[in-house]
Amino acid sequence: MPHLFSADRRQFLMTSAGMAGLAVAASLLPAGLARAAGLTVGFIYVGPKDDYGYNQAHAEGAKAVKQIAGVTVIEEELVPETVDVQKTMESMINFDGATLLFPTSFGYFDPHILTVAPKYPEIRFEHCGGLWSEGMPANTGSYFGYIGMGQYLNGIAAGHATKTKKIGFVAAKPIPQVLLNINSFLLGARSVDPEITCQVIFTGEWSLAVKEAEATNALADQGCDVVTCHVDGPKVVMETGAGRGMYLCGYHANQSPLAPDMYLTGAEWNWAQVYTDMVNTTIAGGTIPNFVRGGLAEGFVKMSPLGPAVSDAARNQFEATQAEILKGGYAVIKGPLKDNKGNVIAAGGEAYAEDDVKLESMDYLVEGVVGSTS
Amino acid sequence: MTDIGLWGVPLAILGGAIRVSTPFIFVSIGEALTERSGRINLGLEGTLVFGAMSGYAVAFHSDSAWLGVLAAAFFGLLFGLFHGFVCKLPKVNDIAIGIALMLLGTGLAFFFGKPYVQPVAPDLPSIPFGFWSDIPQVEAALRINVLFILGIVLAVAMAFMFRATRIGLIVRVVGDSADAARAMGINIDLVRLLSTGVGGALAGVAGAYLSLYYPGSWNEGISSGQGLMAVALVIFARWNPVNCFWAALLFGGAGALGPALQSVGVTQGYYLFYAAPYVLTLGLLIATSSTRRAMSSAPGELSITK
Repeated sequence: MPHLFSADRRQFLMTSAGMAGLAVAASLLPAGLARAAGLTVGFIYVGPKDDYGYNQAHAEGAKAVKQIAGVTVIEEELVPETVDVQKTMESMINFDGATLLFPTSFGYFDPHILTVAPKYPEIRFEHCGGLWSEGMPANTGSYFGYIGMGQYLNGIAAGHATKTKKIGFVAAKPIPQVLLNINSFLLGARSVDPEITCQVIFTGEWSLAVKEAEATNALADQGCDVVTCHVDGPKVVMETGAGRGMYLCGYHANQSPLAPDMYLTGAEWNWAQVYTDMVNTTIAGGTIPNFVRGGLAEGFVKMSPLGPAVSDAARNQFEATQAEILKGGYAVIKGPLKDNKGNVIAAGGEAYAEDDVKLESMDYLVEGVVGSTS
Repeated sequence: MTDIGLWGVPLAILGGAIRVSTPFIFVSIGEALTERSGRINLGLEGTLVFGAMSGYAVAFHSDSAWLGVLAAAFFGLLFGLFHGFVCKLPKVNDIAIGIALMLLGTGLAFFFGKPYVQPVAPDLPSIPFGFWSDIPQVEAALRINVLFILGIVLAVAMAFMFRATRIGLIVRVVGDSADAARAMGINIDLVRLLSTGVGGALAGVAGAYLSLYYPGSWNEGISSGQGLMAVALVIFARWNPVNCFWAALLFGGAGALGPALQSVGVTQGYYLFYAAPYVLTLGLLIATSSTRRAMSSAPGELSITK
């Protein structure tokens, strides 16, 4: 077991003398023997990996990676966005021999990955959603998909389905990706009817079942008749919304089995393809670019099949727009556009295409969204 | 759908009070019984989470939500009896055991609950008390779950039991003065064991309400500390089951304030509104406290007041 005596391991033992006993014990485990050949890939999730949502989408990607010959996949779920994730990463590296890590939750990146990565220059850290920039460790990278485009398509389906001209969005935290989703959802609906408004409720946390249910009920009380969300597990929002007779637009994964009649469509991740590509690149000896992005065209994002409640008119506009987006470079945020406080976001003729990195520092809600970022 | 505008806020608070409060009601009246017998069970959070998991799992397999509730009560009873049994041993601190059981309960629930995150189990039925109204929002707010009503009945029955029955007197004596109880020939350990067991069973039912009715699904994040807050509510309610009910309603209603205000356009400072239940509890505790005397209704044998 030569890897046990690599510089990393020695350094690790020296810096944490108290852990020495544990390390010896770990080296006796059969798992330590089995991983001599091939690639070990570690996936870290913030929630349960079968949550009908964010974590399930990543776990489905991990499942695809398991199919690749010579690859061992280790997974740990329910890892908080605290120093806990640093411990999990170090134990995956030191005890399981992982050389490629996918810590998937947004809050893992800064400071946790940025703290651990410089200590292990041979290990590759791939983070979902973070904004990698020059000057950050070369062995880290960030990848993400333009799922806002999926929310734009959701918005088109919602715009055709709403009768009250009010649609609802249950959001976790006002970070750029969430704001882009909210704005795209409304702009999609407004491409059908410019009178439509979108009511957003922030719950403040990625996973708070009771509050998500309360938020969905509050939206229904205010007359919203279509709801979508950006929380880790959309199951509660979907089930509560369906119970209140709202049409549903899914997010992260396909939630149509929860309420097939009310489910219009949904914006889903397609991590299986992304992860398979990344792992194959690593096996072939190549390097994954530090900054990876892709949308519907690149297969990072896909839409759930349209549900039975989607009208023909909606289907036509949905499919036409999807075809446009599939060409790449589609712009949802384009002028003339104001935010909901009256500031100009984009003048006439100005447009931010899906791959514009400026969208990843979004801090506004567009006109027509009822809500506030703080 | 009727546009009800700002009326949505009081309606949401009413509806939220009814929907969100039920777990608080069950945990807190159960804990009121346990504490009246002179013991504290801080492990109810773990019992609640295990109840949520086991209730959901049994409901899913048996296709009957009520069997799920029974199963949750049964496992809650086991947790409660275990707590009561361990605390009976000499030199055991009930608070430490409670914390250990809280972690054990949630850990076991996460472990066994893994296969049940995805499946959809049947929901508990609710009674449409809003049938007289043709406003859908009112109908929705007044769709009341049977467990909520059962909670009211239990709270009143327990208050009556404490005040006017022999069993209530025995529990109170055991909780107020072990010496007096021993002199009366009461088996203190047995009374406390049963009180803790029943308290655990009620916490299990509270969990089943979470997973089987509102929000109505099982996952690791289902409880946002209801079990712990309910234990605090007991002190707030001065160990009176009927007060526990009101405290739970207040807490549920305050919890609905945040989402409801955002939905009518009051969107600034939602983190502050989410703190409303806790601020309210603190404020009321301070307002009702006294500088001159200790809490008069506190059971004398409680390890925190002794």
